[in-house]
Amino acid sequence: MKFRNHIKIAWQALLRNKTRALLTMLGIIIGIGSVIAMVSLGQSSTKGISSEISSMGTNAVMVMRASQTEGGVNIGSGNVQTLKATDVEAILAGSSNISMASPVVKASKQIVYGANNWPGAISGVNEAYLEINKYEIASGSNITADDVRNSAKVCVIGKTVVDNLFKNGENPLGTVIRLGRIPVKIIGILESKGQNMMGMDQDDIVILPYTTVQKRMLAINYLHMISASAVSENVSDLAVADIESILRRTHKIMEGNDDDFEVRTQQQILDMLSTVTDMLTILLAAIAAISLLVGGIGIMNIMYVTVTERTREIGLRMAVGAKNKDILTQFLFESTILSIAGGIIGMFFGVGLSFTVSTLLDWAFVLNIPTIAVSFIVCAAIGMFFGWYPARKAANLDPINALRYE
Amino acid sequence: METIIKIEKLHREFKMGSETVRALKGISFEIHKGEFVSIMGTSGSGKSTLLNILGCLDKPSAGDYFIDGISVSKLSRDELSTIRNRKIGFVFQSYNLLPRTSALENVELPLLYNNTVSSDERRERAINALTQVGLADRMHHTPNQLSGGQQQRVAIARALVNDPVMLLADEATGNLDTRTSYEIMSLFQELNSKGKTIAFVTHEPDIAIFTSRTIMLRDGNIVKDEGIKTLSARAALDKLPVSEDYDITVGIQNEIEN
Repeated sequence: MKFRNHIKIAWQALLRNKTRALLTMLGIIIGIGSVIAMVSLGQSSTKGISSEISSMGTNAVMVMRASQTEGGVNIGSGNVQTLKATDVEAILAGSSNISMASPVVKASKQIVYGANNWPGAISGVNEAYLEINKYEIASGSNITADDVRNSAKVCVIGKTVVDNLFKNGENPLGTVIRLGRIPVKIIGILESKGQNMMGMDQDDIVILPYTTVQKRMLAINYLHMISASAVSENVSDLAVADIESILRRTHKIMEGNDDDFEVRTQQQILDMLSTVTDMLTILLAAIAAISLLVGGIGIMNIMYVTVTERTREIGLRMAVGAKNKDILTQFLFESTILSIAGGIIGMFFGVGLSFTVSTLLDWAFVLNIPTIAVSFIVCAAIGMFFGWYPARKAANLDPINALRYE
Repeated sequence: METIIKIEKLHREFKMGSETVRALKGISFEIHKGEFVSIMGTSGSGKSTLLNILGCLDKPSAGDYFIDGISVSKLSRDELSTIRNRKIGFVFQSYNLLPRTSALENVELPLLYNNTVSSDERRERAINALTQVGLADRMHHTPNQLSGGQQQRVAIARALVNDPVMLLADEATGNLDTRTSYEIMSLFQELNSKGKTIAFVTHEPDIAIFTSRTIMLRDGNIVKDEGIKTLSARAALDKLPVSEDYDITVGIQNEIEN
């Protein structure tokens, strides 16, 4: 039989029961709508998080100290003293994939200015650190290579530190504060960066030349970390490999022995976080998919009732020449039309919902075409799958009994 | 004369548990082109079984059934569907129209299952069929907007639309009052006079008198098969007393005359 005739027959049958058709579609509408909304919102939030991470610099590469075993005793990572400022020079000289690198020496000292004091998180770095970590200078200037060479007693401070030390609104620039016992002159103030996505205040920071921290505060000659930046996001893996081979050489690590350092990229952190949000998205989508399944069962239920109710109609169609497969096709088409129509309405509903929510929450609105395409196919499949059993029941009716069915 | 239906030693048996019910016990007859045959019998006579076989809804257990020269006994379910679609026009007691569907679309239905008919031709043939039964002006009415007699006319139009070799009517007047029954019988007679072969299953003798031949069944056997003198249904209709509550135009006329 002609395809067009099948469509016409199924369409006429559905039009005869508009309300029922609409109610049957409702399950699919809600199912598809929520799947699309959930996936889309999940992706919006993932995108939000990754753009926040990108603001911290996706090119960033960090070299940490790894835990070490000395003479059979694991001394942890805190006591590893092998990371040196010369490593930074070696990395910069040895890898074309690294554009910038800075030593990092961390210290914690009480900062005192007049009657105010504040626990300072001190980072001893070089002049490249601010650019690597996407800090901007709001006023004043950055520390210079000369400052580093001379172990100058200068610092650049974040907004939180300013707010807590200069409560009367004095201009901090040029002021001398004390870090523990050491007087340091403020030469620059950082632009506020706010919290990072872990909730840490990125403005609670004091930047000093690393040499100053090493020599004048801690009296050490090693580094806690190296902060570097790859030439681009794409080569960050190459940069990691470069750093590993360079550091193994400078640290004289034998073949087969473990590294005494660990290289991490911002990209890895990003991947880890997106794994978490992706899992959440999948979880939400799975819950939504259950409602889609319920919608499909709704279609099966109604189609099943419909077959019983329309037994005489089926008998008549058979009497005037409908073959079994014509009846089967008619009922399959009816359920498929229902589910596809429901799917299309559900798509608009889902896209509308996710657009509204992401607008209200100020997230980036993500329209995922593959999800929509897959949902559409799933809809058609649901119609056929759940329509199959009732349709078979209809097709296998005996025309004689069907015609006389009361 | 051309033979439309040929039945030879037709048996039909049903298994009911351990018992075998023999509904038809080897009957034979022929129906020729242009005949108007009534098949009569009380319930249990095998009348319905015969109707199902004539209508290609059922197959005989033994014996042969030819419709328009085709042996039905060996055909598959799908092939039977095609025979029903091309050769037979059914008219049922309870009309069996699709609800909330226009008369025209109801009449088009059998042609939807015929691939050789285009949608334009389908529409044209449905309009012709409706015109033949006198409902050209009711084409877009749905069954609940039509009277019983009109609904049965739509059903007859539906039976005519595929130009069948035989109309098969199953108690087609069973749900209608006398006047409407006569009107429907008059329509059948008119179609018969134009050459349509009609098999009319009924248990009412006063309906059978409008046909030209009666086959009487009892307990699965033919007890009588004879030509009868046909009465004109139109004449019978004219003799019926005019009922005021039935025909409103006549009622109004009477009022005016009074």
